[in-house]
Amino acid sequence: MNIAKLTIPAVRDGLLGKQFSAVELTTEALRFAQAENPKTNAYLTFSDQRALAAAARVDAQIAAGQPLGPLAGVPIAVKDVIVTKDVKTTCASKILSNYLPPYDSTAVERLEAAGGILLGKANCDEFAMGSSNENSAFGPVRNPVALDRVPGGSSGGSAAAVAQGTAVVSLGSDTGGSIRQPASFCGCVGVTPTYGRVSRYGLVAFASSLDHIGPFSRTVADSATLLGAIAGRDPRDATSAAQPVPDYTALLGDSVQGLKLGLPKEYFSNLAPETGDRILAGVEVLKKLGCEISEVSLPHTEYAIATYYILCTAELSANLSRFDGVRYGVRSPNSHTLADMYKNTRGEGFGAEVKRRIMLGSYVLSHGYYDAFYRKAQKVRRLLTEDFTRAFAHVDALITPVSPFPAFKIGEKVNDPIQMYLSDIYTITGSLAGVPCMSVPCGTTAEGLPVGMQILTKHFAEDVMFRLAHQYEKAGGFTA
Amino acid sequence: MKLTEENVRYVAGLANLTLSEQEIHQYTADLSGILSHMEKLNELDTSQVEPMTQVLFAGQENESLREDVEHTPLANEVALSNAPLAGAGYFKVPKVIER
Repeated sequence: MNIAKLTIPAVRDGLLGKQFSAVELTTEALRFAQAENPKTNAYLTFSDQRALAAAARVDAQIAAGQPLGPLAGVPIAVKDVIVTKDVKTTCASKILSNYLPPYDSTAVERLEAAGGILLGKANCDEFAMGSSNENSAFGPVRNPVALDRVPGGSSGGSAAAVAQGTAVVSLGSDTGGSIRQPASFCGCVGVTPTYGRVSRYGLVAFASSLDHIGPFSRTVADSATLLGAIAGRDPRDATSAAQPVPDYTALLGDSVQGLKLGLPKEYFSNLAPETGDRILAGVEVLKKLGCEISEVSLPHTEYAIATYYILCTAELSANLSRFDGVRYGVRSPNSHTLADMYKNTRGEGFGAEVKRRIMLGSYVLSHGYYDAFYRKAQKVRRLLTEDFTRAFAHVDALITPVSPFPAFKIGEKVNDPIQMYLSDIYTITGSLAGVPCMSVPCGTTAEGLPVGMQILTKHFAEDVMFRLAHQYEKAGGFTA
Repeated sequence: MKLTEENVRYVAGLANLTLSEQEIHQYTADLSGILSHMEKLNELDTSQVEPMTQVLFAGQENESLREDVEHTPLANEVALSNAPLAGAGYFKVPKVIER
């Protein structure tokens, strides 16, 4: 068994074929992940006890001849913005460095109910704010493919763990590209489902109208399995969707012959040359599978960055007001009045990027600017969403790059927030429209850096997205 | 759009953030640059566009409401277990009212 290359079906076969028990696999997975972690800093916390207890439950099920859940025995990393009962959840922030949640998020609850093993908590940008994982209070994550480069962000640890082989699959969160961009930088599969497909209960809120939980994996089928296990209506998240969850894995084998794919012309004008070449090579693979390719237009794309950074900062400035040193987290010791305690706790506890965004959000919501910025952005969001509605009247899916360039060097963009924001251009539009989107590997540059291809489909058409991605993978697209 | 350090100090107050002089200086420059980029939205005429607050909700009107049945909330001591300072079943904060 090569622990770094395991897939969900391989774990299942190993368990049912008695090659290893769930406890043996978990013990080895924990040992391997802990030994490898210093290379990348992908994990912030390991949950050995909880993992071994969950594995023992899986072994008991096997011994009793009971049916196994779809994730039985699978070692899983969970981004540290998703709360886990009694397992430290820091959001990679100093202000929550000691937080032990008294409850589980719905996603983690469902993952364990399906037999999954929580190995530990994955590093990320502080409160999921960043595109490089350099904003973690506990040190950056290094890209396992090239250790001097960023893994992308904000779910950099979740992507790195899967790429490095220290988790079979992982959960991340995506607000403007935080799953797809690190997946593309690290060369793995990353899925942002339809807004509302997965309950946000227990996902520490960043921008509530944009936040998603979604899977990372090394194969398309594994993401389909993981999403199927965590998706569906949850009464504890009023925005979770009631639509039934199809069996995503059952539909993977269907042909993609005749599917209509659109290439939005606005997404191909400003790419690093090698990135553009790789995406077009990926499109050729899809064409050979019988898909019909045409050019489409999403005319408001150039307004997406401004729209997104107004809306997300406005929402986060409100959501992060809960961190005030009263109910949880670290309190500044040097204050004698309540007002000073709030201000000093937040001033000392939040990192530079989080404070920059709180300031921006507070500004665009402040008296005299609300209509000019916030209200205006809400209107442009509708225009951006209508771009997708119009495109999807003609095509089944859109194919685009994930990022304009591959993984950059650690430190390269850290002092230029605007440049960093602009790099989110191709992922932000799908987030604003709430459509499902994913990154699949699409070969590498001459330097060996992974490139990711993005597939976007209509709301709740994850089945079509997975089918395309799986057929593409089978046809050799990952190394196109 | 050019912000002054006074603007930034005012917003820091709204946001309940203590910022150092260096941070005030830095955020004045950063916010000015970012807000200038955001003014790009003014190129669009949105007078006939409804603001969009939520992506989608295809369900029935009351679908987001759960059944009105009792649930057990977190126990008091559990809810207090992460508090920096607690006592007598309450969160404790610096004194607000002077006698």
